[in-house]
This record gives sequence, C-alpha cells and structure tokens, in this order.
Amino acid sequence: MTVADRVQPVDLDLAAQPPSSAFRRWLAPATFAVFGLVNIFVLGLYSHSGDATFAFSQAFAKVTVPNLSLPAATTCYVCGAITLVIAAVRAFAPLGMALKRVSIAVVVFLFIVALLCWADAGLTTAFNVVNLLQGTLNDSIPIMLGALTGVVCSRSGVINIGIEGQLLLGAFTAAIVSTVTGSLWLGLVCGALAGSLVAVLLAVFAINYRVDQVVLGVVLNTLILGLTGFLYDDLMVPYTNTLNSPPTFTAIKIPLLGDIPIIGPVFFDATVFLYLTYLALAGVQVGLFATRWGLRTRAIGEHPVAADTVGIPVLAMRYRNVIAAGVIAGIGGAYFTIGSVGAFGKGMTSGEGYIALAAMIFGRYTPFGAISAALLFGFMTQLQSIMSTLNTPIQSNLLLMTPYIVVIIVLAGLIGKVRGPRAEGIPYVKA
Amino acid sequence: MELELKGITKRFGSLVANDRIGLSVAPGQVHALLGENGAGKTTLMNVLYGLLQPDEGEILLDGKAVRFHSPKDAIAAGIGMVHQHFMLVPVFTVAENVTLGIEPVRPSGLLDRGKTRREVRELSHRYGLEVDPDALVEDLPVGIQQRVEIIKALVREATVLILDEPTAVLTPAETEDLFRIVRQLKEGGKSIVFISHKLKEVQAIADTITVLRRGTVVGERPPGTTEDELASLMVGRNVQLRVSKQPAKPGDAVLDVDGLVVTDQTGKAWVNGVSFQVRAGEILGVAGVQGNGQTELCEALMGLLPTASGQVTLGGRDLTHATPQQRLRAGVAYIPEDRQQDGLVGEFSVADNMVLDVYDRPPFASGINLRPAAIAANAAERVQEFDVRTPSAGAPVSTLSGGNQQKVILARELGREHKVLLASQPTRGLDVGSIEFVHRRIVEQRDKGLAVLIVSAELDEIYALADRIAVMYEGRITGFRPPTVPAEELGLLMAGAPGQDSGSPGAEPTPSAPTATPGAGQ
Repeated sequence: MTVADRVQPVDLDLAAQPPSSAFRRWLAPATFAVFGLVNIFVLGLYSHSGDATFAFSQAFAKVTVPNLSLPAATTCYVCGAITLVIAAVRAFAPLGMALKRVSIAVVVFLFIVALLCWADAGLTTAFNVVNLLQGTLNDSIPIMLGALTGVVCSRSGVINIGIEGQLLLGAFTAAIVSTVTGSLWLGLVCGALAGSLVAVLLAVFAINYRVDQVVLGVVLNTLILGLTGFLYDDLMVPYTNTLNSPPTFTAIKIPLLGDIPIIGPVFFDATVFLYLTYLALAGVQVGLFATRWGLRTRAIGEHPVAADTVGIPVLAMRYRNVIAAGVIAGIGGAYFTIGSVGAFGKGMTSGEGYIALAAMIFGRYTPFGAISAALLFGFMTQLQSIMSTLNTPIQSNLLLMTPYIVVIIVLAGLIGKVRGPRAEGIPYVKA
Repeated sequence: MELELKGITKRFGSLVANDRIGLSVAPGQVHALLGENGAGKTTLMNVLYGLLQPDEGEILLDGKAVRFHSPKDAIAAGIGMVHQHFMLVPVFTVAENVTLGIEPVRPSGLLDRGKTRREVRELSHRYGLEVDPDALVEDLPVGIQQRVEIIKALVREATVLILDEPTAVLTPAETEDLFRIVRQLKEGGKSIVFISHKLKEVQAIADTITVLRRGTVVGERPPGTTEDELASLMVGRNVQLRVSKQPAKPGDAVLDVDGLVVTDQTGKAWVNGVSFQVRAGEILGVAGVQGNGQTELCEALMGLLPTASGQVTLGGRDLTHATPQQRLRAGVAYIPEDRQQDGLVGEFSVADNMVLDVYDRPPFASGINLRPAAIAANAAERVQEFDVRTPSAGAPVSTLSGGNQQKVILARELGREHKVLLASQPTRGLDVGSIEFVHRRIVEQRDKGLAVLIVSAELDEIYALADRIAVMYEGRITGFRPPTVPAEELGLLMAGAPGQDSGSPGAEPTPSAPTATPGAGQ
C-alpha cells in the first residue's frame, strides 16, 4: 500500500465529533421528555378533579377580559403529549438555531400551564394571570438592571462579580437617604451613586492593580454585606424611625397605554423603576450596537491591543464604562427599598446579584438576552410566591428552590457553550 | 511624503537595540529593511510608529522634524502599520474593523455604516484589495485579513505603510497577491517599508534594501544584489545557506501514524486523518502555512493533546494513548515549537533544565532525593558537547539567547536514548549561526539512523533538511513530494490544491525519486 492510498480522508462528520457531543445531543430531548412525563404522570394524574380558572383582569380595570376555565387533568395530559412530541422532533429532526430556541420556550410554557392547572384545579378562586405577570416584571427589576450592568462591564472586558454588592449598597443608601431627607428622588440618586461607588473600587483594583476579578468581586460583595449588616444592626435597628423608614414610590399609570387589557397593567402601570429599566435596556442595546461608544466598548472587550493601536484609550474607557454601569445596578438596588418594601433589611438582596450574572451569561452578553433571562428567573420567583398562597400540597421550601433549579437546568443543559468577550477578565497591560 | 530617520538610538538597559540608524524612504518606493531576528527592525519601526520613544535622533517628514508620542500621532502624520500579528477584532465585520477609532456618525449620533461600507469598497477597488465589507473577520483567510489591515491604514490616509514581516503567515500564492497589491500601492504614490528576513522576497519587491545587524545599518543595496552578499551582510560573515548532507539511506519505518485525528473541545478537527511513516535514517519534513494543524499534530504525537482516533506506533509499539512520559521513555525526542513556553522552565538553571525528563531516575536521583552532583556533572558535559554559551550551568535558562536555549533543549532531548526526533519549528527566531548548528545536529541524527520528523513553516528549512516532504493544509496532508519538487508546486499544495502524489511511496522508499512532475494543476 502506498502512502498515496493511505492519505484517504476519513469520514469527517463522524471523526469530528468529540466524545461529549453525544451527551449534548441527547440532553435537550431527554430534558423535554422528562418535562412531558412530569406533565402527564405527576401533574395530570395527581390533579384534583374540576376546572382550573384563570383571570386576565385586575379589579377595577376599565376593560375586562372574561375568565378562562380549563379542565385541569385533561389540559395537563394535552400539554404533556405536545411536549413529548416536541422532544421526539428535537431528537430526530435537524432543527435550526431559531427553532431550537422556540422549542425550549414552548416546552417551558406548556410546563407552566400544566403546573398552574394542577395547582388551581378545583379551587374556587381564579388564578390571576395579570397579577403573576405584573409581579414578574416588578420582581425582576433588580435582576434586569444588574444584568445590564454586567453586560456593559463584560463587554468592556471586566468581569463584574460585584453586582450583588452594588445592589445591596444601593438598597441601603436609598433607604437611609430617603428616610433622612424625606426625598425619594434624592434617595434614588444616592442609591445609584452607591452602585457606582462599588464600581469605582472594582475598577481601581481590577484595572489599575490587576487583581483577579472573580476574587475581587466576591471580596467586594462580602465587604458590603458585612458593612451594611453592621450599620443595620448598630444604627438602623435602634433608630428605625429616623434612619430606616423611607417612603416608597407609588405606581404611575401611563394614560391610555395603561388601560389596555392585560398589557396595560403589566407594562404601563408601575413605579418609575420599571420605566427606568426600559430606558436602560434601550440605552444599552442601542448604545452597544449602533453607536461609536458601543463599537469601541466591544473592541476593548474583545481585542484591547487592536483598539489601542487605533488610538482608543483602553484603560480610561474601561474605567468610565465600569463606573457608569454601576449606576444602573445602584438603581436596581434602590428598588429593593424605596421601590418595593421600604425598610432596608440585612442581606435583603439574597443573591439576586448572582442571578443577574447568570442572566447575563444565559442572555449571551446581549442586553435583550440578559433581560429575557432575568424575566425568566423573576417569573419563577413570582410563580413560587403565588403558588405558596394557593394551598398547593408542595412544601414551600421546595418551591423556593425552583428559580435556582431552573437556572441550573437552563445554564448547564439547554443553552450550551456561551462565548463571552475574549478579553473579559484579562487586565490590559500596555506593551 | 518623504520620510527620513536620522541617528535613531534606542536603548533597553544596557542593550542598544538601535544604534544611530539613518534611513530615508522616498515617495512611491518600496524600501526593504532586512535583518535577522533581534537586529532591531521591529524596535526601529515601533519608534517610527510612536510605540517607543527614541533616546536620540529624530524623525523627519518632508524635512520637518516630528515627534510621535503615541501611534495616534504617527497615524495623524500619515504613517500606517500592518502588524505581524493582525490588530483586528475577530467578531467584528471588515467595515467595523476598518472604521474603529474613526467612526463616522450621523447627526443622530448613530454609526453611519453605509459610509464606511462605501469607503471600504472604494479603496478595495482602487488598490485591487477585494474584500467584502460585511464579512466577519474571523471567517476570512489570513491573506484577506491582511488586506483588511492595509485598508485600515489607507482609510486613515496613510502615505507611508509599514509592513512588518507580512509574509510570515501567507502561502506562496497569497504572497504573490500581496506583492501585486504592494506594487499597486506604489503606483498610487504610497511609500512602503517592507520588513523581512527573507532574502528572496526582499529581492523580489524592494527598490532599496537596507540591511540591519545588531542595531546598526550595515549597508544599503539595490535589489539586484546577490543572495550571498545580502546574507553575509545580514550575518556579518560568510554563511553557508545550505546544509551539506549525503543522500539518505532510509531503513525500516520507525514512526507509523495512521489516520490520526485531533479535535479541540468544540469538535473542530485540527488534524484530520493524517497518515505517514518516518523511516530510520530519513528526515520527513512537514511543510505548510502556520495554523494548518502542524502544531496539533506534534502535540498529539507527544501526547499533549488527546488523540480522537487513529493510531500511532513507534517501532511496533502502540503509543496512541500513551502519556507524554511513556512516549519519552519509548524513545521520542521532542523539540517543541515554543521553546520558552513548552521546552524550558525559564527560572530553572541550565543544569536543571537538562534533566527535566530524567530527574527522577538514577543517576540523577536516589530514592526521593536528587543528586545535585550528578546533575551538575551531566550539565558540564553537555554544555561542552553542545557548545551552550552560558555564564555557568547554574544560570537561569531564561537569561540565555534563543539559540543557546535551543541548544539546551537539544542537549536534553538528544541525550536520552531515542528512536525518533520530533522537531517543531526548530530554528524559529534563531540567528543564522544557531540555525546552522541546529541543522547540522538534525542531519547528524539522521545519519546515525534515527527517524526525524521536522515541522516548519519556512520552506527554505524544509528544502534544506527534508528527504521527503509532506504538505499539510487544514489538518490534512495534501501530498508527499521529494525535495526536488519546485516551490510553486509546494505552494499549491499548501493552499490546498489537491495534487497527485508523485513522490516516494511509503512502503517502497525511493528518496532519490524522480523529479517532481507537474500535473499538480498549474
């Protein structure tokens, strides 16, 4: 046999598959199938007899939408059957990227429908969908804003693990300033500045002193958790009335838009925080992808040396972006106190900064993606809190885990490998 | 624009990288800067581009002295640089890369992408630099990426273009294309500074050749100057450009690679079904443009990357899934591509580096203890044998010159009992003297009856050493040829043109095979 004979190309498609790809290939269909089976055998079989009723209007709405009643068990079976079909299609038919994503969305949607039917079956109270969605949007505000902060930092080449700390200090500062001055707006501004104060620390140590950014972020979070905890115990608790009883923003209903059924109350009847979130989303999305600032920001996050050689000041720009992005997270933090419950509580952000980080990655470092992911997590949290009031036979602690379980499943299984900006987390050293 | 450098001196500590260098580039001229690695070419260009500040001397533009504090100043003055490692953002489009830093915006504050696109098209058209403004840079072949770099400089209205080793990453065909573009730019009135250490290229493209050696200008020559004269100017003495060697007397196959596939985590097959044999007493040279799987091939043969499929045997012993240590002990000597990264521990002494592979066995260890006396004795002997120029065997290996570091690696690898020598880019970055030394040693190994596999991106090196040439392109071997094959034909194979094998079949070795025939599609 000559060499020429032996230089036959091997079958590329078979040879090119790394060993782990079989696992990847079957993961999504298998997960779908599990969802389908749960819909049928857990939710369907064990549901109470009777109908599940869903309401689509809030009390006092100008235009009302009639309630919808579904036979609970049957709906669960139908959802499960459709899910199994999707699992089979996903397993055996070649789908494009877009269709794959749609399939994930549909499976999750069907699971939620089945879950709600099961939970509401046979109850006299209707399950209010508008409340669920409205709560979702509002509850997700800190996660959404935190994720946007993360997107701007990462795109600039700095990993921001300190979002949690930014939220917490924002919440604390907004509460104390609003209480002392009596001005909500001043509280909001100071909360925002607190977020960027944390960012200043992050920027100085990460950009100037090139400290490992993951370690740095965790240290910052711990520092702020300790600091606010200490101040809370020693100042706020003894002087609750003078230091920790801020007013809260009230909802502003946008004329006309706010009266549209379903959409109105969900999107256009909220505190200023939600409207600021819209602004931040639009600003970051347009800014990153359609302006000079955005092009340069993405350049310093991908290939800072190239940016430097065309005269872009890499370090200065990273500084500016990280600090400016801190404002967004600071506002998100302020929502915890003056946008929602009022008084500050120790460690009240309870890890939402980390969820924001996950949302950023899950959203592939794009503003829209990050917001969608944040909404998914917010939805799970909201669902859990509403279900726990429905007298469902699930342990409430078990329910509390669901948002995090969804994060894990989504990140590990369905999203696959997300490539971040190439220079993310690598300090830039001028040659 | 007339560019003149006068008495440029740049020192790094005690090292004088540039010593009173004078150079003048006339408009519409290609001025080549020829010199070995470390001769000071890149330092000089970095001074010119504002990345470094000269300690003495001045830069004149049309007779007026200028100072560049940063690349920004140099760009503003009309100097453009095409770096050896491209300065392009891989995930951006061509237009985005071109426009970065000087983005046109519309009155609304949004980017004016249409304008950039038109500019790119217009420049591509004028200088024959065809490229799609909306293509993603990471999808483009290297030759096209280089065009993007040139367009980037032109958009900034560069009149002097510095090309830093522009052909290092190109196939011969792409090089031809680049030369065509350079000539077109020249006709358009641009001046070009062409930095290279390749004599033939410089002769082909330059109007004037300035030769640098150890930081000083040693001569200026017209392009008609002979290769030998340029080489001896560059090196400072007469050099033998070709290694003298006898015809090979190959024996049985020692290293047998069959259908080797190496993939990365994403599943991309870097080495895709490569099969070859290396016989005792022959040198197989693997040619190819960098990044076509040669690095991965070597690392897989050393066990540094996992083998996805295929089989590797050494003297009949199956090594497909062996660990690097098992391979070393089975008789593989390995000269890695990146000697500082993979070949040596910089902070360790010369003596320690010479026993990195055998430190745990007698006579260098007894039980769990090292035996420093034995290590030192071994070092003294090897330093002598391989002519390693070091202050002492105890000096950190990182303080040695590249050539001497390579000698340390050779001393270690050849000092072990071995059957095959695997050398990846064995002379990259070395001065001519060290290249001669390394080449001589490699041929010596062959003459001792060892199997030798050389991977090199330098065709000259392949021609100088190989008894048989394999060409790699995108992870496959596109053909085997005898060393008498014309460079054009190798060039086509390096660009992926499928050729029919005309040279040495594996089972019946005929190293003095008939001269390569055409048919490889001219």
